[in-house]
Amino acid sequence: MATSKEKSKGIYDPKLLRTALMDSFKKLDPRSLWRNPVMLSVEIMSVITTINFFINMIVGKGEPAWFTGTVSTWLWLTVIFATFAESLAEGRGRARADSMKKTQKEIIAKKLKKPEPGGEYELVPSTKLRKGDIILVEANDLIASDGEVITGAALVNEAAVTGESAPVVRESGGDRSAVTGGTKVIANRIVVRITANPGETFLDRMISLVEGAKRRKTPNEIALEVLLIALTIVFFLVVLNLKPLSLYSAKAVGQGHPVTLTVLVALFVCLAPTTIAALLPAIGIAGMDRLFQKNVIALSGRAIEAAGDVNVLLLDKTGTITFGNRMATEFIPAPMFTTDHLAEAAQLASLADETPEGRSIVVLAKEKFGLRAQSLTDSQARFMPFSVLTRMSGIDVLDPDGSVSLSVRKGAVDAIRSYVEANGGSFPAQLNESVDAISRSGGTPLAVADGQFVLGIVHLKDVVKGGIKERFAELRSIGIKTVMITGDNPLTAAAIAAEAKVDDFLAQAKPEDKLKLIREYQQQGYMVAMTGDGTNDAPALAQADVAVAMNTGTQPAREAANIIDLDSNPTKLLDIVEIGKQILMTRGNLTTFSIANDVAKYFAIIPAALCTIYPQLLVLNIMHLSNPYSAILSAVIFNAIIIPLLVPLALKGTRYRPMPAEKLLIHNLFVYGLGGILAPFVGIKLLDLLINVLI
Amino acid sequence: MQNTELFLDILQILVFFSLLTLVAKFLGRYMARVYQGERTMLSPVFAPLENGIYRVTGIDKNAEMNWKQYAVAMLIFNCLGMIVLFALLLLQGHFPLNPQKFSGFSWHLALNTAVSFTTNTNWQAYSGESSATYLSQVLGLAVQNFLSAATGMAIVIAFIRGLARRTSETIGNFWLDLTRTVLYILFPIAVVAAVVLVSQGVIQNFSGYKNVSLLQSTSYEKPKLDADNNPIKDINGNQITVKIPVKEQRLPMGPVASQEAIKELGTNGGGFFNANSAHPYENPTPFSNFLEILLILSIPAGLTYALGRMVGSSRQGWALYAVMLFLLVLAIGVQYWAEYNGNPLVQKIGVHGYNMEGKEVRFGLGGTVLFSTSTTATSCGAVNAMHDSLTPLGGMIPLVLMLLGEVVFGGVGSGLYTMLAFVVIAVFVAGLMIGRTPEYLGKKIEVTEMWMSVITVLTAGVVVLLFVAIALITPTGVSSIANPGPHGLSEVLYAFASTANNNGSAFGGLNANTVFYNLMTALAMLIGRFIPALAILAMSGSLVKKKYVPPSVGTLPTDQIPFIIWLVVVVLIVGALTFFPALALGPFVEHLIMQGGI
Repeated sequence: MATSKEKSKGIYDPKLLRTALMDSFKKLDPRSLWRNPVMLSVEIMSVITTINFFINMIVGKGEPAWFTGTVSTWLWLTVIFATFAESLAEGRGRARADSMKKTQKEIIAKKLKKPEPGGEYELVPSTKLRKGDIILVEANDLIASDGEVITGAALVNEAAVTGESAPVVRESGGDRSAVTGGTKVIANRIVVRITANPGETFLDRMISLVEGAKRRKTPNEIALEVLLIALTIVFFLVVLNLKPLSLYSAKAVGQGHPVTLTVLVALFVCLAPTTIAALLPAIGIAGMDRLFQKNVIALSGRAIEAAGDVNVLLLDKTGTITFGNRMATEFIPAPMFTTDHLAEAAQLASLADETPEGRSIVVLAKEKFGLRAQSLTDSQARFMPFSVLTRMSGIDVLDPDGSVSLSVRKGAVDAIRSYVEANGGSFPAQLNESVDAISRSGGTPLAVADGQFVLGIVHLKDVVKGGIKERFAELRSIGIKTVMITGDNPLTAAAIAAEAKVDDFLAQAKPEDKLKLIREYQQQGYMVAMTGDGTNDAPALAQADVAVAMNTGTQPAREAANIIDLDSNPTKLLDIVEIGKQILMTRGNLTTFSIANDVAKYFAIIPAALCTIYPQLLVLNIMHLSNPYSAILSAVIFNAIIIPLLVPLALKGTRYRPMPAEKLLIHNLFVYGLGGILAPFVGIKLLDLLINVLI
Repeated sequence: MQNTELFLDILQILVFFSLLTLVAKFLGRYMARVYQGERTMLSPVFAPLENGIYRVTGIDKNAEMNWKQYAVAMLIFNCLGMIVLFALLLLQGHFPLNPQKFSGFSWHLALNTAVSFTTNTNWQAYSGESSATYLSQVLGLAVQNFLSAATGMAIVIAFIRGLARRTSETIGNFWLDLTRTVLYILFPIAVVAAVVLVSQGVIQNFSGYKNVSLLQSTSYEKPKLDADNNPIKDINGNQITVKIPVKEQRLPMGPVASQEAIKELGTNGGGFFNANSAHPYENPTPFSNFLEILLILSIPAGLTYALGRMVGSSRQGWALYAVMLFLLVLAIGVQYWAEYNGNPLVQKIGVHGYNMEGKEVRFGLGGTVLFSTSTTATSCGAVNAMHDSLTPLGGMIPLVLMLLGEVVFGGVGSGLYTMLAFVVIAVFVAGLMIGRTPEYLGKKIEVTEMWMSVITVLTAGVVVLLFVAIALITPTGVSSIANPGPHGLSEVLYAFASTANNNGSAFGGLNANTVFYNLMTALAMLIGRFIPALAILAMSGSLVKKKYVPPSVGTLPTDQIPFIIWLVVVVLIVGALTFFPALALGPFVEHLIMQGGI
């Protein structure tokens, strides 16, 4: 599954376009178009004008047949553009679903009679597996269905699901026990208890989601549709009303013709909010797809939209906010020694230390002081590994004659204190202050000594990930509060919270505390999002409005969530929020644009339709369109081609910039509101000029 | 001279709106206290009376209603009111207080009038002084003036409770809201206003009409008729007329002041006399004119502030007040400009100055424009000038104010609730535009809210579009038009705009007392009143259940300038898109023709 390749193809991959085009014709079937009532009404109007065209051809009365014909053609195109936009949005998802289906071909499973790796098994097709069955999966076997590892550990290639080819470890017990059907065991063998019946597996759900077969309109989408349908009805009545108005006027003035059916239909289609109605399905599908490209699967469209509304974000400290390991961040030398001296000694003492702390000291010394790690041979140095007894590690550097020239030790402050005191030295009182300060800030002080002298202190702390502070600030600027959840003691938690600039934290958190916290926020009316992976996160995930489970997480966690992150990267939540907002914004902006367009269309069509009755109304022809037919055609054509022109915007979503609501509103009103009023004036005028060149 | 008048008019308008803003705040605060059941300065007087009413009627003071119970109570009450008024008008000839010996209304006129007064429309297809008895005026029409106004106010208060209460079921008690509205708000203000109006010369009596001798006798030409009542013509085909001298004038009397005050205060607008507030017995002086306009706008303006108080943020109320004020001032500006410039055709024949045709000299241009815009911005519909005689664009302003849905202050209660439905739609689209599921005052806007808002906002427009179409394609509809052409189209449009939006003012020129128009306008009034009212109560029932979402930086602020501008745009765009063709073929083309000098 080549994710990267698909991304680079973009929207206008010829193959996708071709399929989308074919699909768009299939979607003209009223039985499928009824889901989009506005476009269905346009289709009905197209049928009416087409019939009218044939009548015109045969009878040869009324307006010229070429006019009726061209209007009908463009009305049909309007509907096709709409179905095309939807097909195009579905296309990419479908391509991915197809490749997933390939991996879903029937797998033969080794069904165990007893849950032991060495036990007897029979070969069973995956379609026959039921919840609770136990199977054995050996190297190079495909895992037949979703399940939980109950014995053993194995390397699993999950590319079929995640698109990521690097294999991951799946083992029994703990938080990495879930396996997904269709993935492949690379090494070792495991015993798996099946947790899903055929048709209900993760892959099944993914395929149906991606295909859009189960795509249900979100409440928000329905609310918007209510508005669009109501507007369509009103515009229908406006057009219906125009007939008697013009009949009466023509009779009263004694000149001119009442508005013809073709013109009425043209006016209706131009006024109806076709632009947004045409692109509405595509916006939702494309949003899902954009999430998909970020390797996130939303189990419902509702979840993504809810993500856009989230105002409290619960984040696990470890792995999300911090790297999860304590790292050296500072050298504090003792009086009489320089930082360089301390750094060099600490680096030496850590050369053989493979712990993350040890490595971080080497790296810090290199970065800060340009100290290159010396390579010492055994003859030059004797490494002292960490011992539980001394609670120290270190190095003895030997002179060529074998005598010890340096004897560096690092370890906990009290361990080093007793070490130097044993060597006849003393722990400098000046350093005590630093030690206290580090402890207070939630960090760990590590003392370094050479023989009887304390060289100084290394400050170890849980390091906050780069860029995370900025992301939190971004979130704050759009009104989202971040809460850090950690098992640390309150002191450490407070220090890290302050450094990462989260708004709040929950220390020494137990699962029930998380649940309580979420409930409290929800009671105050907040929308809460959280990420989790462990089984003990499941209740909290189920309670949260937006629950993101890591794909590496346990089955209960994945079941409790409504969004699954295949990359298992907790900061994804931020992307999800952004995409959720983008979907809503795109809908709102295109609605405003679509309705604002109507102003210009009125100015094009009304004078053209009524000028035979009242030539005075030509003052409304502020675009100076050349003649009534071309004016009406230009409006109809503009109304149609604006749909494909806006398809890229609908698929990519309008750009989201984090800024306060008020500024964002002004910005979007300016671009899509004012722009929506002005754009068609320009577009219709240009089309009118073009039509007159062609004819 | 025109400059001095212009200056004085602007001054009058400025003073008026400064005063209105003060009234909005103090009356609004008072109303909020009344509806929240708090003690007010009038409690010592009215609380015993209020409790007495509850004891007699058996109303449980502490019972709360859900939206359905509230709606049923409202419907039953209005239905009964309608039946009583219908019967009274039909049978008025048999009742006392009828010095002029009027007979009963025709069934369709009685129906139309009963519907008209219970729906707070006060569309008058009858002429007060020549068909309604004093009993009908006092016991029928004036009573409904109080009750229909109180109904509108009760509904908006129920809706505000839906916004203000959190995760609840009930939205108040209709009977309580109704009683309190009449007792604490409408009645005391109407009494004081009536006294002040009497001081200005508004009459209040039950005597028969008086014949008075004219100081200067006059005469008119009457066509001479033959035995079959056909006009006799001379050899050239011209009618033969006889000169009839007039030495006496009959002056209608009646209990005018008591009805005048509530007519304005409750945005009812049904005049005692046919000439409405242009009649010197209804509106004698520039001061009474000023007071009447203030009465028209007081409660609708005050309710915006009451909304702010009741939802806990007066800024929210002021924001809506600002939107309404802006639209009204805009309308005043355009109408003043149109009337000030006058009619070029008339100017060509040597009559200079602004258009005074159909206006009362004692009110001047300022007093007329302020009245005519205020009465159509609110759903009052009283008039102090003939709207038919305004310039085409000047006459388009009252029409547009009604077609916007009576949201520029609007009727008492109904104006604010319709505006709130617009707010819901505006919040919805703006909310999407900033990437959030939309919410207003902490309540999420979802499918139910959308349906109900859309119904509330668009019902009147749909009725106008449909009924105008029907009137224009039926011969009976067309035959009532006095001025064929664009002006006649405006007359029909105005009639349905006025009734569907429960305004009640008449453009004139249309013979509305026919079976066709009586039934059509009655239906328009019923739909225009009760469908939105029910939708609003249903929305309140949905909102009241929701929990409150606290505002954050990401929340759309609905009390700031950007949203205020957006709301103005939404109101104008919805109105403009719905009525662009009709307005183009009516007043707009008439204006062009006038400018073109045809």
